[in-house]
Amino acid sequence: MAQHVLLVEDEPNIAEAIRFLLSRDGWRVSHVAVGDLALAQIRSDRPDLVILDHMLPGLSGIEIVEAIRADPDLAALPVLMLTARGRDRGLAERAGVDRFIAKPFANADILAEVRAMMGR
Amino acid sequence: MPPFALTGTKLRERRLAAGLRQADVAARAGISASYLNLIEHNRRNVGGEVLERLGDALGIDRASLAPGSDSAVVEGLRNAVARADSASEAVELDRLADFLGRFPGWAGLMVALDRRVQTLERAVETLNDRMTQDPHLSQSLHEVLSSLSSVRATAAILAETEDLDPEWTARFHRNLWQDSERLALGAEALVSYLDAGSATAEQGIAAPQEEVEDWLRSRGWVFADAELAEGLEDEIAGLASSAARQLAAGHVAQAAKDASALPMPAFLAAVGETGPDPFALASGFGCDPIAVMRRLAGLPALSAGLVLCDASGTFTFRKAAAGFPLPRFGAACPLWPLYSALGHPLQPVEAVVEMVGQGGGRHQVLAWATPQRPLGPRGPELRIAGMLILPAAARAKPGDRADLAIGSSCRICPRAECPARREPSILS
Repeated sequence: MAQHVLLVEDEPNIAEAIRFLLSRDGWRVSHVAVGDLALAQIRSDRPDLVILDHMLPGLSGIEIVEAIRADPDLAALPVLMLTARGRDRGLAERAGVDRFIAKPFANADILAEVRAMMGR
Repeated sequence: MPPFALTGTKLRERRLAAGLRQADVAARAGISASYLNLIEHNRRNVGGEVLERLGDALGIDRASLAPGSDSAVVEGLRNAVARADSASEAVELDRLADFLGRFPGWAGLMVALDRRVQTLERAVETLNDRMTQDPHLSQSLHEVLSSLSSVRATAAILAETEDLDPEWTARFHRNLWQDSERLALGAEALVSYLDAGSATAEQGIAAPQEEVEDWLRSRGWVFADAELAEGLEDEIAGLASSAARQLAAGHVAQAAKDASALPMPAFLAAVGETGPDPFALASGFGCDPIAVMRRLAGLPALSAGLVLCDASGTFTFRKAAAGFPLPRFGAACPLWPLYSALGHPLQPVEAVVEMVGQGGGRHQVLAWATPQRPLGPRGPELRIAGMLILPAAARAKPGDRADLAIGSSCRICPRAECPARREPSILS
């Protein structure tokens, strides 16, 4: 079974492009658009990787990562963050984000990061 | 120190600067040298004809020698000392008159430098706020980057995927069009923002709300009822950003409703009878006190300020009053009666407040909050709160003590020990 990537992104067109890319690359992709729903989805779906936008309605990307790292069942979950602002990187690193991609990103970078994080 | 001390010291300094002997000046003024000596050492008062003759003898304008002629400089020096905090302890305030008399040029320069420091501090506050808290800049950049990310990812899929089926192709073309529209709007907003900011330098008028407020300020915050009836469309069309035009149109529509509920001749007559009391006036006209506050804030003779906010405390309208500075970004002082009213809707809140910090003063403020349910009884409750800011003299008696000391916002408030402080002041 294909490995599962959960995408947390509130911009529908960005989410659609990433879902399309990753699906064609062989990943099973699910999507939530609101930060508040992300943790429940992670706990129920147990994805292999989470791609998080930084600025989200409801819980921010940083708050979601902090909650993931604070939960012993989820703490090892790899997290890739999409962020537009350089100053947010320090915050995200301290919160426990594994890797970053800066907006506006190249599609090839997304694929390369996901493959590297999942050991492909 | 009595005022004549300044005059005597000034006469002596001017005489010495001109290289004249006491005896010569005394002779020219028709007085004895010993009497001039007493005057110069501030041991005799001087005025009238003698002062005029001494001024002539020294080639000095009499007005500049008159007692109190330097009161503005004295006040400026005292203010500079007050602002110097710990360094002020070493200042010989008891010799201020002597300093001013002997070194009027240096004294004037100190006052000018102190004023310059105040101007620069205000600029620092503005720029600090803009860099760290400007929600409009942050939001505009986020919009542009998000749209750009989407355009880039979608265009790459269309360009690089050879076997893309027609349904996906159509979907991505539609997304591309949507994002290009969004990108254009975001870029327009950003350019308007930056243009406005560079054109107004230190003031940095930029965000849509500020653009509207600047327009209202240029009109003296006044709309004639006849203008409201016409809608002011031409003026609104002249605003730089579409967001500002939208806000301005909403403001004018609201003002037209207020004018309809509170026609100016009847409103002025009622204000003449009751004074600027929004609660009494609202009761008399059978309308919302906030509508009355908006109407009162538009009366030039009243010099009233007005702030309106929504349930989150975010300002939706700001008209400053003299001595009551309003924060440009972020939240205001939590001690403002505006927030008491917000938490207790439909209850009048009234207080005499003392604004601490630079340029602050005493004011009578009257606040009120109105709950609204625009989607019906089962819809969410919204609130609009308003605080009318009147010069203290408009309602409070001169001897009244302030009920409450408040600030503009924590960031620029000097009250270090305030129980409501939420962050350190950038001025401390």
